[in-house]
Amino acid sequence: MTRISLIALGAFAIMASAICLLVILPDAMLSHVEAPSQLSDYTAVQAQGRAIYVREGCVYCHSQQVRDPSFTTDVDRGWGTRATVPADYVYDTPHLLGTMRTGPDLINVGQRLPDIDWHLIHLYDPRSLVEWSTMAAFPYLFERKAPADVRAEDRVVQIPGPRAPQGVVVVARPEAIALAEYLISLNRQYPVNATAGGSHDSP
Amino acid sequence: MSGSALDDRDVKAVALSRGLVPDDLQARLRADASSRTVVLVLFTAGIIWLLIGSVFGEIASLKLHWPDLLVEQGWLTFGRIRTAHLHAVNYGWATAVLIGASVWLMPRLVHAELRGARLALIGGVLFTLGVAVGVVAVLMGYNDGMEWLEAPRFLAGPFFVVGGGLVGLSLFRTVAARKADHLYISVWYILGAFIWFPMLYLTAKWREWSGVEGAAVNWFFAHNVLGFWLTAMSVGLAYYFIPKVLGRPVYSYQLSVLGFWSLAMFYSLNGMHHLVGGPLPTWMITTSIVASVFMFIPVVATGINLHMTVIGRFNALRYSPTLRFVVLGALAYTAVSLQGSFTALREVNRITHFTHWTVAHSHVGGYAFVTFVCFGAMYYIVPRVVGHEWPSARLIRWHFNSVLAGITIYVVGLTAAGVAQGLALLDPAIPFQVSVERSMLGLYARSVGGLLLSAGHLVFAWHFWLMVRMPSSVPRRTRPPFHEAQPVLYSS
Repeated sequence: MTRISLIALGAFAIMASAICLLVILPDAMLSHVEAPSQLSDYTAVQAQGRAIYVREGCVYCHSQQVRDPSFTTDVDRGWGTRATVPADYVYDTPHLLGTMRTGPDLINVGQRLPDIDWHLIHLYDPRSLVEWSTMAAFPYLFERKAPADVRAEDRVVQIPGPRAPQGVVVVARPEAIALAEYLISLNRQYPVNATAGGSHDSP
Repeated sequence: MSGSALDDRDVKAVALSRGLVPDDLQARLRADASSRTVVLVLFTAGIIWLLIGSVFGEIASLKLHWPDLLVEQGWLTFGRIRTAHLHAVNYGWATAVLIGASVWLMPRLVHAELRGARLALIGGVLFTLGVAVGVVAVLMGYNDGMEWLEAPRFLAGPFFVVGGGLVGLSLFRTVAARKADHLYISVWYILGAFIWFPMLYLTAKWREWSGVEGAAVNWFFAHNVLGFWLTAMSVGLAYYFIPKVLGRPVYSYQLSVLGFWSLAMFYSLNGMHHLVGGPLPTWMITTSIVASVFMFIPVVATGINLHMTVIGRFNALRYSPTLRFVVLGALAYTAVSLQGSFTALREVNRITHFTHWTVAHSHVGGYAFVTFVCFGAMYYIVPRVVGHEWPSARLIRWHFNSVLAGITIYVVGLTAAGVAQGLALLDPAIPFQVSVERSMLGLYARSVGGLLLSAGHLVFAWHFWLMVRMPSSVPRRTRPPFHEAQPVLYSS
């Protein structure tokens, strides 16, 4: 090949067609997907928690998608009652579908583990609740106070077992509470149908 | 250390023995001189990023089996340090070195001095500053939330766009001013990369994407930035260095044309295979699986071409560190691509998706292929830029052996961990806990492999430092260095 224009135009044209096929076309098709009636947008606190989920990179170990039962065992594992569909994600910016399951899937964790106190303890020290866990701990989302300094409005977290810090009281910062609120809000178990963007094949 | 076998020949004899007339050699020396500053600055920046990225990567690796390590500081949490590692090594190290090598190579290939060398320098520095901005932002907790695209669009984005654009401008101007009629294969890949990267980056970043469309855009970009930026430039370099060092033409011109255009056509549609089984329209995922299988065409074409050029001359790998790194890199490219095609198949993917297999796979590509090509290119280019030989064959050997052992342990360990993890996840009778425990051995192996890689990087960085600060009182050769003729497997 001896002409720059051939290489440049050819390279441009091929990438432009790929962008049309896998970015522009799906964007047009998926823009019709509407939110299921049972799915509500995130509250301000949940949205703040979601931003912390993004900030701390939770997505690198936790997916947020249940795949088709005919293909995998996500449903059998108890991560959801049905495969998730495009309509389940209309409020998600940025998406957090994830590509790793170093930890379990979280798209329905709010249904599975609805107790916010469990999440606060787990965020402070995962191994105080789950001995074999390799999850990162997030003690910097909490304060450790002397018992005398604890105020009435503080959200005190009781860490159980031998790993509990001695002589101090663990108090959740607003960030930790927001993140836990977001986690318990994750629940996509309501029924969906094809017209609501439910089917895999007809977005 | 003894000099090369070619030491006792003069410039003219060397030139004639290679079918060059001295005028051509003078033109080449001028071409090399025109890119000197850019190349040195970018290589230095690249090595700094390599060391930083190694530290980040090792910390991230340790945290997966020692989760209570360094948990008190937000910037050291796994999710941030892992992302900083990805940016440091891909956009910092590999990109800086590949840009530097491209800027060095292009004037040689088109027989012209680098046009806009200052633009290229500013562009390269801006790009690497953008990486610094992105890494600091991610560590501080500011990121855009899509894998490979975390560096904030308004903070780091302008650096990438303007920086990459300026380098591209300089390269295109150089090609436009060419004296050679023919455009060698490497030129196609390098020019292609500088067209493709801005298209991909601007598509992914020009607005915020929501929902599953966000996932589609995410993986469209993240897969293609490997294929059309890192891979494109690395393949371009392999196409230069293998025939160059061996003094042998590329096996087949036709295959290289086929390889180039089919790579563009099929690779660009691969991205959705990162979402197999996910909540996207099935046709998108199927398109990517089909395209992934069709990747056999460019991979086999390029593979035959590069490997057949070496065949019968493997002995030369003992003498040239460039050849050794680049040939192994090319083999890794074939391997990682075929592995990728298989991984896209649904039956394989249901085991390997969401596991450490993918991380191992990405390191075969990003390290055993791209980084090896980068090392090989630097071993060839730096002596020609600074005007003297690498001071120590022993350091080259230590570097090579350490990183080869490191990446082997890394990939074997983590791939096995991924399969064990994936099989456990696929059986609902097995508790999730078991998938964690069964991957543990491989995670330890990864940390050991990572330490060896880091050790190799330190040796290489030290050697590079010795090389560039070697006092000018050391008599410089009047002849061009021909490093490829020095034995590196045995001490000399």
